[in-house]
Amino acid sequence: MAESEKMMRIEITRFDPDRDEVPKTQEYEIPVQSDWKVLDAINYIKDEVDPSVSHRWSCRMAVCGSCGMMLNGEPKLTCKTPLSDYGSGVKIEPLANFPIVRDLVVDMDGFMDKFRKVKPWIVRAKERAEDMENLNEKGTFSQSPAELATFKQFSMCINCLLCYAACPIIANEPEFIGPAAIALGHRYNIDSRDEGAHTRNAVFRGEGTVFSCSFANECSEVCPKNVDPAAAVNQAKLAAVVDWAKGLILPREGA
Amino acid sequence: MVQVSRHDIVIVGGGGAGLRAAIAAAEANPDLSIALVSKVYPMRSHTVSAEGGAAAIARDDDNLELHGFDTVKGSDFLGDQNVIEYFVENAPRELALLENWGCPWSRNDDGSVATRAFGGMSTKRTWYATDKVGFHMLHALFQHSMRFDNIVRYDEFFVTKLLVEGGSCRGVSALEIRTGEFHAILGRSVILATGGAGKIFPFTTNGTIKTGDGMALAYRAGVALKDMEFVQYHPTGLPGTGILITEAARGEGGYLRNNKDERFLVEYDYGVGDKAELGPRDMVSRAIIQEFEAGRGFENRYGNYCAVDLRHLGEEHIDAKLPFVRELARTYIGVDPVHEYIPIRPVVHYMMGGVDTDINAATELPGLYAAGEVACASLNGANRLGSNSLTECLVFGAVAGRNAIDFANGVEEGDPSALVAQAEEEAVRVDALRGNGSGSEHISPLRLEMNSAMEAGCGVYRMQDTMAKAAAATRSIRQRAADLHLRDSSRVFNTEIVSALELMNMVELAEVLAVSAAHRKESRGAHTCRDYPTRDDQNYLYHTLAHRTEDGPRLDRKDVKLGHWVPQERKY
Repeated sequence: MAESEKMMRIEITRFDPDRDEVPKTQEYEIPVQSDWKVLDAINYIKDEVDPSVSHRWSCRMAVCGSCGMMLNGEPKLTCKTPLSDYGSGVKIEPLANFPIVRDLVVDMDGFMDKFRKVKPWIVRAKERAEDMENLNEKGTFSQSPAELATFKQFSMCINCLLCYAACPIIANEPEFIGPAAIALGHRYNIDSRDEGAHTRNAVFRGEGTVFSCSFANECSEVCPKNVDPAAAVNQAKLAAVVDWAKGLILPREGA
Repeated sequence: MVQVSRHDIVIVGGGGAGLRAAIAAAEANPDLSIALVSKVYPMRSHTVSAEGGAAAIARDDDNLELHGFDTVKGSDFLGDQNVIEYFVENAPRELALLENWGCPWSRNDDGSVATRAFGGMSTKRTWYATDKVGFHMLHALFQHSMRFDNIVRYDEFFVTKLLVEGGSCRGVSALEIRTGEFHAILGRSVILATGGAGKIFPFTTNGTIKTGDGMALAYRAGVALKDMEFVQYHPTGLPGTGILITEAARGEGGYLRNNKDERFLVEYDYGVGDKAELGPRDMVSRAIIQEFEAGRGFENRYGNYCAVDLRHLGEEHIDAKLPFVRELARTYIGVDPVHEYIPIRPVVHYMMGGVDTDINAATELPGLYAAGEVACASLNGANRLGSNSLTECLVFGAVAGRNAIDFANGVEEGDPSALVAQAEEEAVRVDALRGNGSGSEHISPLRLEMNSAMEAGCGVYRMQDTMAKAAAATRSIRQRAADLHLRDSSRVFNTEIVSALELMNMVELAEVLAVSAAHRKESRGAHTCRDYPTRDDQNYLYHTLAHRTEDGPRLDRKDVKLGHWVPQERKY
């Protein structure tokens, strides 16, 4: 791995709630390799310079969703972002719009609550044992490639939270259920196997939900997986209204 | 002060196997309380990184006998045939359940689930969701698990010890990473589902969380680790990072090429039918190393490599079936497989060995179960077939969940004061590590030393003397890891302590692996000794068991459960 070493300035947010009133910035000057991602620089600092730097990461292949951070003010997956994008230095901060736990680690509890609120699972009117007539001889639902294609994109979310960090609504309205959770609920609503749209639409019409979105589109711009949560939010808005209007004409019990 | 919580069962690990176990237990009885403890949020678990697919018979040209025999043969006859039979029988139902729970399996035009070819599988039986199968399975399982109110999650809790009392396992002690507080999480049975230990090696497809924690927990509790010498090298990892390029690249028709642009696997004749690239992973990895040794590898700053060639498949097919491969190749090595070769070399991928379990996912310790990569149910023997492991997480995760419930129903709650006392001792031990400036060994260099010893001694090809050196080196590294120097004295989200605990787990396993490897003087599956190049059923058709002693692992033998498939020469 012989290669002429380049030095780079890495600024990292440091915060220990037991010692610090407010977060501060610490600078590290480190040698870097040309093919490093930003995560490699953070790991180098942790292993070789300062083991007290705290961050989350695991897969380093842009699929586990752990390592989202603000890089020069923009939310990014650090394992996917080339360090060479930043010239002589980069400022690394925890994701915006989340409470900070420590250094680069944010508190995700609020997100996990929102995530569950949209009932992100297949809802069926009947239990499986009574539902067998709707399954084929292999025990699976039939689903055409076209039916799969309607929701597939919205099932690609890795829960990295970049869209929350970018969302201008969340910044002012923390209870807004947010792009990823809406995309996920919508993903189930339009899955041909699901019968829970009516219930989820009621959630979507509730406080702090789809209608809070002003379609700023920042969420889709920062999404590292091209999920396009803004499109999901827009489709969900429309579906929630249609569902509500139908309810006026044909009143029914919640599923 | 230790915080105490009580549940009926405690599951450690929130990946494919842990979530499947939790769902099975939650379904069995809504009145039972199930603790799901993980050092990460469940959707971060390494199941997420699996790409190619999950095996279960689905087509009319397939049957249990074929899937069973492919698996037995893939295992180089070290698989337990009762376990394999149970697995292939239950695999289709498990994958169908996952379909019912929302997994976006790729489809045929008639709406049925599509299957693809995989190495060592005699027909198309690998279910897939493009090439992000682990990701979709994990998210489907995690999301489905959220409907159960009786699954209580402990996210970002690091388990430090199994609590054993009255001869059975009754909970765990755990560090709450976010607060630094210590917990005793009690239950009447415990399931380990913590995955493998690829991070004991330097070059691996595994994420950084794959540190063998559950294997080490069981080993320290006196439970045997089994067949730890069998390490799967995946033939196709990106040089440098080790990021996985899925076997589905070969399954979908990709070629492997050497520096003469030859489809060199044609010469080795490991393939299935007329498909030279569809050999099992152990054999294909060896073929690549042989190409390197014959001077037919490419070379870059990371050493030798061969290439996956997808160009003839065309952009449309690549984007439809292998979009993640294209994304990974572009992002992490700067090549577009539509137009260029993808550089690859063999990379540590999977541990065939693990906690010794049986067809019931039970260990020798009453009340302790294990499933998934952490376990060695002997489904995979000496070499696992690609796409059997995701299905294994489901089949044996469900078995573990159901059996842990049954066990819990049959025993009284243990004496909590004795269990809490154990957790308090653990709290003292872990607290002493925090910012411990008196130790003399540093985490990062010691980890590198362990990595180097493993690569030198326990690679694709092994020699008696290099394995013996690795055994000696890892023993010394294990002893030195008891004297770690830490600098972060903070309480909240102290990841240095987590790294220290992970390293202390890994050094135990590295030693077991090297000692187990050095003892097996034959070549079988992924364990290939240059000095003993053939399989020796006369002397080594048995499982290696390792029990912990202060002086290192004590090895024993366990019979292989043979059945109607009689060991024969493994030819493809």
